[in-house]
Amino acid sequence: MSETLNLILKVWRQQGPADVGRFEEIDAKGIPVDASFLEMLDIINERLIENGADPVAFDHDCREGICGTCSLVINGMPHGPKQTTTCQLHMRSFRDGDVIWIEPFRANAFPVIKDLTVDRTAFDRIIAAGGYVSVRTGAAPDANSMPVPKEQADDAFDAATCIGCGACVAACPNASAMLFAAAKIGHLDSLPQGKPETRRRVLAMVRTMDAEGFGNCTNHYECEAACPKEISADWITRMNRLHNKAATIEAVR
Amino acid sequence: MMTQLSRFYASSIGKKAVVAVTGAGLLAFVFAHMTGNLLIYLGPDAINAYGRFLHELGHGTAIWFARLGLLAMFGLHIVATVQLTRQNRAARPRGYALDGCQRTTSAARFMIVSGLTVLAFVIYHLMHFTLGVGNDYRTAEEYFTMLDGERVHNIHQMVVDGFSVWPVSVFYILAMFLLCWHLMHGFSSVFQTLGAQTHGTRRIVRYAGYGFAAVILIGNTSIPLAVLFGLVS
Ligand code: HEM
Ligand code: FES
Repeated sequence: MSETLNLILKVWRQQGPADVGRFEEIDAKGIPVDASFLEMLDIINERLIENGADPVAFDHDCREGICGTCSLVINGMPHGPKQTTTCQLHMRSFRDGDVIWIEPFRANAFPVIKDLTVDRTAFDRIIAAGGYVSVRTGAAPDANSMPVPKEQADDAFDAATCIGCGACVAACPNASAMLFAAAKIGHLDSLPQGKPETRRRVLAMVRTMDAEGFGNCTNHYECEAACPKEISADWITRMNRLHNKAATIEAVR
Repeated sequence: MMTQLSRFYASSIGKKAVVAVTGAGLLAFVFAHMTGNLLIYLGPDAINAYGRFLHELGHGTAIWFARLGLLAMFGLHIVATVQLTRQNRAARPRGYALDGCQRTTSAARFMIVSGLTVLAFVIYHLMHFTLGVGNDYRTAEEYFTMLDGERVHNIHQMVVDGFSVWPVSVFYILAMFLLCWHLMHGFSSVFQTLGAQTHGTRRIVRYAGYGFAAVILIGNTSIPLAVLFGLVS
């Protein structure tokens, strides 16, 4: 029998988008230290169900840190105190007797669906606005028919590790989606396949991001500290540069 | 062209660029203004001659261009930052139970507070030294002096009289702390917002900003202190 923890959870409960919501205190006794944070919530939910209560709604899918579905703000930090996804956070990061505050990602552009689940389709609309490359249909091109310098390939890969979880928005004091947009724009701008459409892409994606009601970056760098994939705010520097260049060219041509 | 300009300003990054460009202009002004102020240490003639130079440049037109330019930069900076701040607050209607911020600074979080204090200070400062409101410790005539046979404003006397009142000096010094707090975040922000820094230079830019803020703080607060302690009289 492995070591266990007795915790007090302060969990955000909200019936639906229209409900105001409130914190509910839940006693979490006998939680194994080896459980992941989501497994801890599974245990809590089983107990709630056994008692005939409403289980806590939360998002999850792969549970191996690659899909970006899990969320939660734990003690004020998106995905909790470790720079990883909530599904990869383990209860050994907490001490016996801890009080843990669990909230949804809070942003106007991410409305709460129920309890800890939020609607992140605003990200999908940003992607739909320009997060793609236009290619002709037909047979797949031969491998290596378009050479990509190693440094650019590495850059593109760094940005492409973004799993679109939304922790950057949750962490930003202004609920800005700049790190997400910048990673997507920077990823495609780093590659010869994406470069030709950079100007159109950056304007369309930034305008969609603004229209969705995200805030504006004021250079707090909280996003890169919270990002489970360690995406650097240097991508925002680059997006600012690309945007201002594209907007200038659009204005004068 | 006009529609594109308004579209640029309507975007988040466009508004930020306006804040950064006007902020950079104000940074340059703050530095130039401080170097001018420091002429006080070279005696009455140096600073009075500098004042005359500014007033006579371009037959008296230059100072008006400068004033209009500063007013425009200041106005744009304030309108854009107030709009951004309001949007940012609306983007997170409800905050978190615990503050989990890991990397930001107090300077970055209180930009609007330090900025608006600077605005209040600038209004006071213009009334105090440019318009001379409440600065009539002597007759109007005594605020003129002779320099190379010409009648000029006695800036030196005005500054010494103004700062001899300790509450005034204390207010100036406090305002400089607020300004420099603003600059601690503002200086490096200009580079990030305009896309003019890289992974390798981000740290350097940040510390250059701290250095810049320290220079402005020390340079400007030294003057009321020097007057209060009788080093300039
Ligand atoms: C009148 C009062 C002022 C107000 C209300 C104000 C407000 C603000 C605010 C809210 C920001 C936030 C942007 C951010 O957090 O990144 C900002 C940025 C900045 N401010 Fe001010 N400010 C004022 C005066 C000044 C003055 C006098 C200076 C110059 C010395 C200045 C220089 C800057 C700079 C350099 C930035 C950074 C621009 C950027 O974000 O890229 N501000 N200001
Ligand atoms: S559940 Fe897929 S990343 Fe956490």
